[in-house]
Amino acid sequence: MADEIIHFVEIIIGVFLVAVFGMIFGLLTKGIDRKLAAHMQWRVGPPVIQPFLDVKKLFCKENVVPRNAVAWLYNVAPIVCLTSVIAILLYIPMGSIPPILKGYGDVILILYLLTIPSLAMVAGGFASGSPFATVGAQREMVLMMSYEFPLATTIIALGWKISTLYPGEAAFSLTTFTKYPVWNIMGPFGIIGAIILLVVMILVTTGEITKVPFDIAEAETEIAEGVFVEYSGRNLGLFYLADAVKTVVMASLIVALFFPYNLSTYLGSSIHLPSIAWNAIDFLFYLLKLEIVIFFSMTFIRVSVARFKVDQVVKVYWGYLTLAALIALVLIALDILL
Amino acid sequence: MSETYTIPVGPLHPALHEPITLKLEVSGEKIIGVDVFCSQVHRGIEWIGMNRNNPIQSIYLSERVCGICNICHPLCMVQAVEKAAEIEVPERAEYIRTIAAELERIHSHLLWAGVAAHEIGFDTVFHYTWALRENVMDLIEYLTGNRVTKAIMMFGGVRRDIKENGAKKLREGMKFYLEKFRKIEEIFLQDPTIKMRTRDVGILTREDALKLCAVGPTTRASGVPKDVRQDFPYAAYGDYEVKAITPDIYNGEVHGDVYDRIVVRLLEVKQSIEIINWALDNMPSGPLLAEKNLVRLKMKLKKAEGEGIGRVEAPRGEDIHYVRLKAGEEPFFSWKIRAPTYNNVLPWIPMLLGGQIADVPIVAASTDPCISCLNRVTVVDVEKKKEFQITKEYMHKLSVKKTRRLMRNGR
Repeated sequence: MADEIIHFVEIIIGVFLVAVFGMIFGLLTKGIDRKLAAHMQWRVGPPVIQPFLDVKKLFCKENVVPRNAVAWLYNVAPIVCLTSVIAILLYIPMGSIPPILKGYGDVILILYLLTIPSLAMVAGGFASGSPFATVGAQREMVLMMSYEFPLATTIIALGWKISTLYPGEAAFSLTTFTKYPVWNIMGPFGIIGAIILLVVMILVTTGEITKVPFDIAEAETEIAEGVFVEYSGRNLGLFYLADAVKTVVMASLIVALFFPYNLSTYLGSSIHLPSIAWNAIDFLFYLLKLEIVIFFSMTFIRVSVARFKVDQVVKVYWGYLTLAALIALVLIALDILL
Repeated sequence: MSETYTIPVGPLHPALHEPITLKLEVSGEKIIGVDVFCSQVHRGIEWIGMNRNNPIQSIYLSERVCGICNICHPLCMVQAVEKAAEIEVPERAEYIRTIAAELERIHSHLLWAGVAAHEIGFDTVFHYTWALRENVMDLIEYLTGNRVTKAIMMFGGVRRDIKENGAKKLREGMKFYLEKFRKIEEIFLQDPTIKMRTRDVGILTREDALKLCAVGPTTRASGVPKDVRQDFPYAAYGDYEVKAITPDIYNGEVHGDVYDRIVVRLLEVKQSIEIINWALDNMPSGPLLAEKNLVRLKMKLKKAEGEGIGRVEAPRGEDIHYVRLKAGEEPFFSWKIRAPTYNNVLPWIPMLLGGQIADVPIVAASTDPCISCLNRVTVVDVEKKKEFQITKEYMHKLSVKKTRRLMRNGR
């Protein structure tokens, strides 16, 4: 009984810490992204702390609800969006620190949870009662349906390989992915397949966090921020935070699936430090990995291309990326059979 | 989705930098109906020119018709007045006018290219082209004293000479742009995502371009070789023999889409560079002004009687100013501006029909609209609290009425 209570309290504290970490690091990441993008575009750019100032200001501003909006849905959508992305973060290991909700869910659950923020945005958009928001919400749905399939293919391909190699393990658990990094268990075909899957995952991430070229749901010059067109003040601030946390979530997912390496496993035998210090070092290393993944999946892509149209986005995801993911699946299958 | 609904783009919308309204009837993402509403801004510039200003003041007023075309509007107006008052312009001044107009074309086309890139979400190209544009802005500032409103035109000539140093700087600047031209061309014409967004988007057929009287790069991209500099040369263009640029010069085919409009504008930048270099090499010496004494010039204009039309190929197309002078009256008796965007707004409708919502910003931007030049009157009846726009039928009815009255009075 006492154990259970302690466990419960631990989880509550953990959830709180993870939520705070997700928001702060997400905002910092946004700031770094803006700075890097600015330098790539011959600009100076805003200070790195600009997203914090933005959120602070948004929370001070008036929260306007349009007259013909569905008020309760309109107000609930940003909260659902933020809480659901924080919930995903609880299932993801950070460096050598295991996930808070270890054992309560796996990658399949994360796949499902990932749709909730998008659905919340769609609901909020439709509830705004503005034609721009309606168009934005429709586009968000199309986008969501487009990237789901390549994403699922990626995770299934990796899980399949692990389940055939280690039948005893829980195949889709992120801890298993962390224990057996993909690059160590794959043969030559599998490595090629995994590289393709990594590229697919990076492009899916760009769509998931709605950045150029896949920012059709927000497209500032076309539909004036789309789903967010009517949002202001606190509600917009919550969406902004959710977007920041979602960036961390997607990058963490890539890190957990493809780069789960920790410094402690390799250097722990030669350098002797207390385990808490190793945890801290691994955590910082994990943040570094996150930044690198975010640079390639967000900053680099968004400065080098123009925005796609809806039909082109669908073509890219359902056509090219799905095809690439299926080819990778076949390569991994070959790897298993040979 | 079979349900249709209306999306208002404008009067204030991030894709449009000036107030104009597009009412789009959409089904899902597809545009099935377009209506354009103009006259969201009316500044009464012509009224000021006809009532308050003397002609010389009106030159500087006409620069303020548009922030970008501030050579072509005064040039056009000055030409109209020169025709009306029969003033001969010295040759050197004509060459300087040509150089100023071509510098403006380079800066306007680069500005447009940046805006177009921004409309399709390619901000890197936007920042890059605008950074390149700074060089031509610096050149303009060096030659005229101002970055934006250049204040270089005068009736019967120009106010500033291009001296030894200026010519040297200009040549260096043109060399810089010729070097950078490869890079700009590579970015805009070879980038796959720009091609994806602009190829076969916003098509204006040759027939529509002729029927709707589109002007400038918009019509040239549809394969109509229409250019005032070629058809009715003014300033020094008669000596150079400008050839209108159509997209088939670049790749041998005409689509009439947004991509072709990019091609035409980029080639025109190159053409402008060539014209400036040619004008510098062949600049004759001589006076800058037909009449240096402004008081005497003013008196001459006050005594003059007659009408004149100025036509200038602005970066956006043909600009027309009509001026009528009446002896004894200082302000213009009549002044009418017809800016290129006036012709280029109607082609939006065939361009947008059947397209997607995502095409609206880039298609609208592809004609390089300058809304500040447009006007159509909205009449507000304060007593009845009614608001209506004057339609063609209403105008026709009024004209018939007035003609009948005139006929009656004549008898």
